[in-house]
Amino acid sequence: MADSAATADNLVPRDTVSHPEGVRRRDFINVAAVSAAGVGGAAVLLPLISQMNPSRDVLAESSTELDVAAIQPGQAIKAVFRKQPLFVRRLTPAEIQQANATPASTLRDPQTLAERTKEGHNDVLVTMGVCTHLGCVPLGAAEGENKGEFGGYFCPCHGSHYDTAGRIRKGPAPTNLEVPDYEFTTDTTIVVG
Amino acid sequence: MSFPWARQYEPKTALTKFLDEKLPLPRLVYNAVGAGYPVPRNLSYFWNFGVLAGFFLVLQIVTGVILAMHYAANAQVAFASVEHIMRDVNWGWMLRYAHANGASFFFIVVYIHIFRGLFYSSYKAPREMIWLLGVTIFLLMMATAFMGYVLPWGQMSFWGAKVITGLFGAIPLVGEPIQVWLLGGFAPDNAALNRFFSLHYLLPFVIAGCVILHIWALHIPGSSNPTGIEVKSESDTVPFHPYYTAKDGFGLGIALLLYCALLFFAPNALGHPDNYIEANPLSTPAHIVPEWYFWPFYAILRAFTADFFFIPAKLLGVIAMFGSILLWFFLPWLDRSPVRSGHYRPTFRKFFWFGLIPTMIVLFWAGGAPAEEPYVMLSQIATAYYFLHFLVILPIISSIERPEPLPTSITAAVLGSDGAEKEVVKGEAAAPLAV
Repeated sequence: MADSAATADNLVPRDTVSHPEGVRRRDFINVAAVSAAGVGGAAVLLPLISQMNPSRDVLAESSTELDVAAIQPGQAIKAVFRKQPLFVRRLTPAEIQQANATPASTLRDPQTLAERTKEGHNDVLVTMGVCTHLGCVPLGAAEGENKGEFGGYFCPCHGSHYDTAGRIRKGPAPTNLEVPDYEFTTDTTIVVG
Repeated sequence: MSFPWARQYEPKTALTKFLDEKLPLPRLVYNAVGAGYPVPRNLSYFWNFGVLAGFFLVLQIVTGVILAMHYAANAQVAFASVEHIMRDVNWGWMLRYAHANGASFFFIVVYIHIFRGLFYSSYKAPREMIWLLGVTIFLLMMATAFMGYVLPWGQMSFWGAKVITGLFGAIPLVGEPIQVWLLGGFAPDNAALNRFFSLHYLLPFVIAGCVILHIWALHIPGSSNPTGIEVKSESDTVPFHPYYTAKDGFGLGIALLLYCALLFFAPNALGHPDNYIEANPLSTPAHIVPEWYFWPFYAILRAFTADFFFIPAKLLGVIAMFGSILLWFFLPWLDRSPVRSGHYRPTFRKFFWFGLIPTMIVLFWAGGAPAEEPYVMLSQIATAYYFLHFLVILPIISSIERPEPLPTSITAAVLGSDGAEKEVVKGEAAAPLAV
C-alpha cells in the first residue's frame, strides 16, 4: 500500500496544478458550471412561485359595474368587488352635513367627505365593506342594522365605529373604510376597479 | 459501502460538529453521495441514469404538488380545471407540460437504467435486493403513471381507465366484482376519479421510500461497473464527490437539454389529441392506445387472440402482461452465470443484441399500432421470444457459455496494467496518472 499522502494526491482531480497566483484552470469551469446551474435553478423558481398568484380568471373579475340610480338617500346597497363586499350609500343632506361638520384634523385618519367621494357626486359614498381592523364586514348597509355611534357603519367583531363618510371614529380599526378606485362612466353608473 | 479506505467525515465548523452529534445528516450525505462513498473508477455514462431517475422523480413530485393546487378531482369539473391550468393559471401551461413530459422522461431514463441492469447483469449477487426493489419501483411507477393519465378526464383518460380496470375483469369468478370495486361503479366516474387522484398523490411518496431502500441496498455492496468485476483495492475506486457528482451533473445537463427541447417545442408530441376531448362514456375513440411507455406490455396483452383449452384468451393476455414484468423478480436466479458484464459473455451478448433488443423494439412498435395484421402476428412472435429469452435461453446460456477472460482488476481494465504495479507509480508521483 502506498503511503497515505500519495494516496490523497491520487484522489485530487487531475489538471489541478496551481498556478503561482493560486488559480487553477479547472476553477473556471467549476465557477461557470455552478453559476449556470444556480442562475438556471433560480429562473425555474420564478414560475413555481408565480403560479400561486391570482390566475387570469380571478383577475378577470377585477372590475364591477354598478347602477346607482335606484339608491334612495339614506339607503345603501351591498355589491361584490373582487369577491369582497362593496358598500354604495347615498347620503341624506343631514348625513353630508354631519360629515362635513367634523373637522378632519381631529380624526384618526384625516380625510374630508369631498376627498372620499367624486366631484358632483358628494352624496354617493363608495367604500369596501371590509373593516380595516381585521377584515369583518361592518353593519349599517342594510335596513335596520346597527349603524354605530356615528351613524355610519359599525363593525360587530371588535367594535369599530365609522361615521357617515365611512371614517373611523372609535374602536380599534386603524384607518377609514377603503375607497376603491372607481369612476362614474355615466351620471348613474359607476365602474369599480 | 464502507470499503476500509473510504474517507471519513470530519465536521469542521461548530455547526457541523453540533449537527454531527445531534442529527448526523451531513455525515449521511457525505457517506451516501459525497467523498465518503468510493465508487468504481470506470463507470460509463450508463451509470448516470439512476441519478437522472431520482431527479425526474423529484421533478414529478414538485410539479405534481403544484398542479394539485389548481386541479379539481371531480368528474363535473376535472376537464375544465385542466383547461383552467392551461389558460388561466400563471405558468400553468408550462407546469402541466413539464409534468406530462416529465413522466415520459422518467420512463425513458428508467428504461435505460433497466437496460443497463440487464446488459451488465446488475441483478446478480450480491445485488439481488437492489434489483428486486427496482422492479417494485417500476411497477409502482406504472400504476402511478396510469392513474395520473386518468386525471385530465379526457377521452383517453376515461377509456384507458375502463380498459385497464377491465383487465381485472379477466380474473375468473371474482373478476367482475373486483373491477366494480376498483372503480366504485360500473364504469369510471366520480368515485374512480377521486380515488385515482388520491392514490396518484400517494404513490410517488411510496416510490420515494422505495428509492431510499434501493439506494441503501446499493450502498452495502457498492456500485457495480462495466467490467462486472468487484472492487479489489483503493486504486479501483474514486470518491463519488467530486468525480461522479461532476459526471452526473454533466449527464443531467444533457438530459435537461433534451427534456426542454421536448417541453418547449413539442409538448404534445407524446400525447394523444383525443385526450383534449372531454370524457364521453358513450363513444370510444377509434384508435385507443396507452401512453408510449406502456406499448411493449400492451402488445403482449393483445398478442393472445385464441383460447387455450379452458383458459380464455383475455385471461391469458392479462397473465402474460403481468407475468412479463413479474418474471424480472426471478431474474437473479434464472441467469446463473458467474460473469456479470455482457462484454465478457459472447453467447449472452448475441442473444441480447439480436434477440431481446429487436424483440423489445417490435413489441414497442406493435403495441402502439392498431390491433390488426401484421402487428398482431409480430407481437405474437415477439411475445414468444420474450418469454423464451428469460425463461429458457438465459438459464441455458449461463450453463453452457464459455466467458471471455476477465481483467484482473478494474484498474487493470482501465489502465491496461495491473493495479499492484500502479501502486508503485502512485507511490513515486501522482503526475504520471494524468493519462
